[in-house]
Amino acid sequence: MSFSDSIFWVFATTAVVPAFLILFTRSIVRMAFLLLGSLAGFAGLYLQLNAAFLGFTQVMVYIGGILILFLFGVMLTQRSDIPVREKVGPALAVPGFFAGLLLMAALLFIALQNPWKTHPPVPVTEPDTPVIGIKLLSTYILPFEAVSILLLAAMVGATYIARVQAPGAPDGQAELSDSNAEGRLE
Amino acid sequence: MTLSLSFCLHLSAAIFSIGVYGVLTRSNLIVILMSLEIMLNAVNLSLVAFGRAFLTDLTRDPSGPQVFVIMVLAVAAAEAAVGLSILLAVYRKWRTTNAGEIDLLKG
Amino acid sequence: MTWSPILLDVIRAVLIFAAVMTLVPFLVLAERRISAWIQNRVGPNRVGPMGTLQPLADVIKLVFKEEIVPARADRVLYSLGPLLSFAPAAIAFAAIPVGRGLQVVDMSVGVLFVITATSLAVYGISFGGWASNNKFSLLGGLRSSAQIISYEIAMGLALISVIMTTGSVSLSQISEGQTSFLCWNIFRQPIAFVIFFTAAFAENNRLPFDLPECESELVGGYHTEYSGMKFGMYFLAEYVAMIVMSAMVVTLFLGAWSPGFALPEGLLGTVISVGVFSFKLFAVLFFYIWVRWTLPRFRYDQLMHLGWKSLVPLAMANIVVTGIVVTIWDAVQ
Repeated sequence: MSFSDSIFWVFATTAVVPAFLILFTRSIVRMAFLLLGSLAGFAGLYLQLNAAFLGFTQVMVYIGGILILFLFGVMLTQRSDIPVREKVGPALAVPGFFAGLLLMAALLFIALQNPWKTHPPVPVTEPDTPVIGIKLLSTYILPFEAVSILLLAAMVGATYIARVQAPGAPDGQAELSDSNAEGRLE
Repeated sequence: MTLSLSFCLHLSAAIFSIGVYGVLTRSNLIVILMSLEIMLNAVNLSLVAFGRAFLTDLTRDPSGPQVFVIMVLAVAAAEAAVGLSILLAVYRKWRTTNAGEIDLLKG
Repeated sequence: MTWSPILLDVIRAVLIFAAVMTLVPFLVLAERRISAWIQNRVGPNRVGPMGTLQPLADVIKLVFKEEIVPARADRVLYSLGPLLSFAPAAIAFAAIPVGRGLQVVDMSVGVLFVITATSLAVYGISFGGWASNNKFSLLGGLRSSAQIISYEIAMGLALISVIMTTGSVSLSQISEGQTSFLCWNIFRQPIAFVIFFTAAFAENNRLPFDLPECESELVGGYHTEYSGMKFGMYFLAEYVAMIVMSAMVVTLFLGAWSPGFALPEGLLGTVISVGVFSFKLFAVLFFYIWVRWTLPRFRYDQLMHLGWKSLVPLAMANIVVTGIVVTIWDAVQ
């Protein structure tokens, strides 16, 4: 096994094992930590697939942005009287397990049965970052614009939904900060 | 370097199924969102792998699928932001983030 | 594949890592001496001549201190926190050219790599703050994540205008593009420089933006509960992150290793380039320390207003202007 092969195995393991462990973890913050490992493994796989730009974008967007949002969610919504743990009962676990297994079998069947017309990989000589940039603003300009509008809409919508209503508003909502400040205080 | 297409597909299938299991069995909204992200990642991995394997088939440059993955990243970011804000709104109203306890429509 | 290139990489990595690690204690000492000078005090001067051995004494004290884990803390994450804070900062140095042709890896996406690595530092802080089971730590962690995410956006947007001017995301190419004095990006992108530098202070949790650990409100912020070498690691991480950010400021805006004119070929030129880079790095670090002991701390809402309502729109406007100028420039050429 060559050096780069073993590196690939390291990344593949890093991607799969934490994702698998998430299924058996009960603390949500630890789940976030495992997800961090899994996402980093994916980034490594992208690097191995000659997609360096994508690999670092993956880390930046997923790990540096989305996962932090999740952590925020956990830390803002957990209270001391409800422990940050959850149990999966057999009523859900058994059907879920079979659904996952069946789906995996189907996907593997497709992956194995379909005669993929692959070619030996062409060595990449020049960095693909400029190519991606030019494609994004020429060939794929329409999806690019659609995604930007989606992001804008999501931003406005998220701010609107999550805003703290003024005291005395119809629902009389609590301030955003009162629950999290006392959350971990025993 | 023998990072074959089929290996990437198997990897992606395994991780996708893990995500499906998570979405189906977990009841905490945050964990469901996390599992969704795992599924998206599995799909992205197979997209990149396809892009590299069919390099000489469709086009000569591998960046097409990578552009799609960037779009998926953007959509995932939007999804996470909206998901989190819904989560916060739900938490403020019901004081829980458990999907099973939010049953206003049950009557 | 032969092993010799890998060995060479390892040697370079170890050299640069060792250099950064050696720099940290002296930086701490410099910070204490300069702060004393600014505040008209004496500062540490007992251990060794002029207090030069003070960092050694500090490290020995830290190593021998008792490690305390708070009750009901999440032990795994509590221990991982300092590590997660330190590792990304140290990794980031791999892509920064510290002299002409002297960097561990010449990545085609170097800028992205460094920004990505520095953005990971938030995990050490938020996991550590959460795992400590202390409300001050948690508040510090939350503040830190919000602050780092917000200022990362401003920082990234400022970087985009720099990338548009230089036409490259590789740090070595950006350095080489600034050989002559007038090509330094600080002259071509002054607004981006100001935004980037301001955001760098926030990313490193330094005054005037050290809200995650401000003593008067949060005891010690995210590291309130930490002691001994775990605390030492957070401390180390903070200073390494500071060095990385300063190195980025030097590389991106202050002409990297270039003294402003062409260097002689060969070994001599390389040695001079390392000297020039170090000089600039120390100048920026001095500025960091100077600011810390001069400016008062921002309030948290002021911090967010500055980030979202001033820096981000300014950076966006800067991108638009840069785009127009670059297009016209290309058309004229």
